Amino acid sequence: MQYMLLIYNAETNGPQPGTEEFGPYMQGYIDFTAEVREAGKLIGGEALESVASATTVSVRGGKTELVDGPFAETKEQLGGYYILDCVDLDEALKYAAKIPDAAYGRVEVRPVMIFD
Amino acid sequence: MQPPVDTDRLAKAQMTRLIREDWGRILAALTSSVGNYSLAEDSLQDAVISALQVWPRKGLPDNPAAWMISVARRKALDRLRRQNTMTRKEDELAQWLEMHQDAPDTDIATIPDQRLELIYTCCHPALDQKSRVALTLRALGGLSTEHIARAFLDKPEAMAARLTRAKKKLSMAGIRFKLPDPEDIAPRTDAVLRVIYLIFNEGAHASNGDLTRGDLVTEAIRLGRILSALLPDNTETKGLLALMLLSDSRRFARVDASGNFVPLEAQNRARWDRAKITEGLNLVEIALSHAPAGPYAIQAAISALHAQAATFGDTDWPQIVALYDVLRTRTPNPIIAVNQAVALSYAQTPQVGLAALDCLLPDAKLEAYQPYHSCRADLLVRMGQVDAAAQSYRRAIDLSPSKAQARFLEHRLRALYIG
Repeated sequence: MQYMLLIYNAETNGPQPGTEEFGPYMQGYIDFTAEVREAGKLIGGEALESVASATTVSVRGGKTELVDGPFAETKEQLGGYYILDCVDLDEALKYAAKIPDAAYGRVEVRPVMIFD
Repeated sequence: MQPPVDTDRLAKAQMTRLIREDWGRILAALTSSVGNYSLAEDSLQDAVISALQVWPRKGLPDNPAAWMISVARRKALDRLRRQNTMTRKEDELAQWLEMHQDAPDTDIATIPDQRLELIYTCCHPALDQKSRVALTLRALGGLSTEHIARAFLDKPEAMAARLTRAKKKLSMAGIRFKLPDPEDIAPRTDAVLRVIYLIFNEGAHASNGDLTRGDLVTEAIRLGRILSALLPDNTETKGLLALMLLSDSRRFARVDASGNFVPLEAQNRARWDRAKITEGLNLVEIALSHAPAGPYAIQAAISALHAQAATFGDTDWPQIVALYDVLRTRTPNPIIAVNQAVALSYAQTPQVGLAALDCLLPDAKLEAYQPYHSCRADLLVRMGQVDAAAQSYRRAIDLSPSKAQARFLEHRLRALYIG
């Protein structure tokens, strides 16, 4: 089964660039990505630019409306994701717990829908 | 086939017994073979309905469990075929069911027992706590949705919706029907024990005379026995079973003829259930034989000391205080500290107990905890501080979760000024 691991955190929370903790934190991501790749679990994954760069689009009555900012103004924002191929939820949850931001923010685990 | 059963009533009684006894094992076997809990449960329910129609006419089959499995497999196939479209997996399952419609004609005892897989699945930590409880009662206990709703004072529709959501999550989220990985066994077993103890407490704290909720106590003990048999080397499972048995041994001494609550010091110990005490004491011994003892084993040991005291005055309070010390290092918890303060008040003096209670403040949670105030009131009474005691009783009455408890405390409050 494929699972999407959505990484949520407040942008000001956790190690910030320029601090001493930032290096090991980023290394954590490099190591995690290598681990899931070598285990043959990695389908994909990306980090996202800050919500300051977000634009939200909706179409109502054929008219496109744009809003500057993310879909929801919440404290914790989607910062990136992984898509992993796991045997079951237990395995996906274990990988989720290894994502560095799990220690600062939260990781939501969602199965990818299968159409067949 | 045996001769037809005379009355519907007899068939229904036998059916109920079969469902209660074998439901969990049959459901586990079905879930394992169809790979989908929801489909297995629905199909087994269909089979139960069939049995209620067929058995009174044709008599009980020689092997009711095999009959149920076989009919449930057919029902599962019907259910799959009724869907407009089948996924590849469902198509494969339908083919398998077609080939295996007849269950091997074996006794329930020879069907591999997969209730452990079932209970770990129902208590999976990815489900919310209340859903785990409901699902466990449904899957292992064979209780109907209506029965579970009544026991938890929920609307049947709300409970049905909760169970549907939980079952949907099991299949959609990829929670597999399996035993936990070895490194997860300990936390996952703790989660199962917590569910069983929640069921027990829900029943034990129910207002007296409410039989539906009293059933929960019996059901929790039954689940405890099943788990204890399935995990023979797990001493905490024995500890929990002991704790439930010892606590339940006092069930009938805890209420008087008019349904009022009777505290431990006033209970007629001749009314304690000796069989449960004996079984509980044996289990405590096993549970404590492997260090370090877990929190359930320690609580059971405390309950055992009460069970062994011939009178309230004979209670080994210093030993109880010591056990609470151990318990507090395992699970730091202000509620345990309140219980320890009471033990201290008897091991030493009410003043020492009160000082121990004062040490716990300030704690907003504790100040909203009814037993904290009733304990405090009792200690103050013993110290002769009537007005302060009255104030604590009033606070405890306001916080009482049940009418029976409030009534009991009001009685104590009145006695302050009369006696």
